[in-house]
Amino acid sequence: MRRAALSLAGIVLACVVLAPYVVMVLTALKPDAELRVTPPRIAPQTWRPSNFWDVVSDPAFADWLRVSLVVAGVSTVIVVLAAAPAAYYTARHRFPGRTAFLFVVLVTQMFSPTALVVGLYREFFELDLVNTYAALILTNAAFNLAFAIWILRAFFASIPREIEEAAAVDGCGRLGVLARVILPLSGPGLVTAVIFAFIAAWNEYIVALTLMTAPERKPLTVGITSYVTAYVQHWNHLFAASTLAIVPVVVLFALIERHLVGGLTAGSVK
Amino acid sequence: MRARRWRALLWLGPSLLLIAGVVFYPAVALVRSSLGRYSVTGLFQGSVGVANYARLLEQPALSTVLVNTATWVTAVVGVTVAVSLALAQLLHQDFPGRTLVRWALIVPWAASLIMTSKLFVWIYDYYFGVLNHLLTSVGVLSRPIDWLGDDATVMGAMIAVGIFVSLPFTTYVLLAGLAGIPGEVYEAARVDGASAWTTYRLVTLPLLQPALLVAVVLNVIYVFNSFPIVWTLNDRNPGFAHDTMITYMYKIAFKSALRDVGLAAALGVVNVALILLAVFAYLKTIRWDDGAPAAGRA
Repeated sequence: MRRAALSLAGIVLACVVLAPYVVMVLTALKPDAELRVTPPRIAPQTWRPSNFWDVVSDPAFADWLRVSLVVAGVSTVIVVLAAAPAAYYTARHRFPGRTAFLFVVLVTQMFSPTALVVGLYREFFELDLVNTYAALILTNAAFNLAFAIWILRAFFASIPREIEEAAAVDGCGRLGVLARVILPLSGPGLVTAVIFAFIAAWNEYIVALTLMTAPERKPLTVGITSYVTAYVQHWNHLFAASTLAIVPVVVLFALIERHLVGGLTAGSVK
Repeated sequence: MRARRWRALLWLGPSLLLIAGVVFYPAVALVRSSLGRYSVTGLFQGSVGVANYARLLEQPALSTVLVNTATWVTAVVGVTVAVSLALAQLLHQDFPGRTLVRWALIVPWAASLIMTSKLFVWIYDYYFGVLNHLLTSVGVLSRPIDWLGDDATVMGAMIAVGIFVSLPFTTYVLLAGLAGIPGEVYEAARVDGASAWTTYRLVTLPLLQPALLVAVVLNVIYVFNSFPIVWTLNDRNPGFAHDTMITYMYKIAFKSALRDVGLAAALGVVNVALILLAVFAYLKTIRWDDGAPAAGRA
């Protein structure tokens, strides 16, 4: 009886949370003519799944998708390459400046690029890097670094030293131990760091909006807003594109759900 | 010791370079810009000392923007934490379908904020939006409301979306806190014959306090920094009547006729200082764990 009541409450909660996104998908499936009717209908009368095809075959959408994939992909690689050695070294060694380093990492984690956006723009303007992949990739990598360092460090610290020592005896160098022994044993941590960094860059908006002004250099978050402007209102295309952008990241996020809180609260919630 | 320092630098080097180049340097550039004068095309025209800060204080919109920011942060964080306490309590119980509900809760967290914001612009639409249709057909409203155009409702409409997207993270933090409370304390409370509400008030809440603190402070920082929701939902309205310090800064720098880099940078410095204050307060209160090496933590 009590469990049934809890299940019911759970179902209600899930419906409330998902309702807006149901509106998103149903609007994405409407023909143009059904967008502007009063009173509005929730479900389409004529289902138009071809809206999704229209979006996918739109060359502008292909540009935005390519930019998003390149920026999120490359910045994630940089995050892992920079975070793994730092996480490993701080997990295994005491050295002068270690606490200071971890403190700086924590501070950057809580800093989103939003507050710094004017400074970021000045920097890249002076370096003549406005409208370049490099600027957006480096910004995303820097701000997603902290989460990766934190999550990887926790996983590295849990691996017994004996395993490393055995590998060292077998003639592995320090980097060899990290690459061939530690990283493979930290699979879930690595997956979490990769997925988190990818999604954060995939969803990033304000820096992309500021730096990427050339149409063919806009990522999805910035590009799709051009489906609805003061002049054109293709809400169905906007939401078809949004659905395509959201579904994969929801699935990825669900995979790392269990590790997210630990990484975002930097070990303070036990 | 010196050799170890150099070796550490090698391992930490890539991270340090990134942080120095893309977090630290822009902060310096921000402060420097706040002390300069710039043409509308962004060219440096000389130093002006603290004149931009003085001008910031003279902006007629400033007091409105400050009040908006305080309202936005207090309302979003307050309601989010209160609702999340209930949601965490629900999701902490074991019931059929719990995993599915937890996945559903992930959606607003994983989805791009700009896409969710656009979605709510559509839902709030005066003529074609589902919300007005729903509320008028069940009789809550006698006629539709222009949620995002009426000065009386814009802030409330934005706050609702802010809460909606902040719930998942907050609930998950509180769930982690609940998971850390040992079952024995509930057992003891039950033996003592405490009612469910008394147990919650006197046992759960005090033990949940560290997680609650983390949830509040991180949310204050995130919500203060939030850009896409206010930027998108307030898009139609001219002027700065519904802007927060973040969107006001952005408009001064990049959008309005002002294009005033110096003034925007001065406000940016104030924003960064406020966030740093919150960050330091946070790091002082949590027992942040610098993880003694090889202490065998999981």
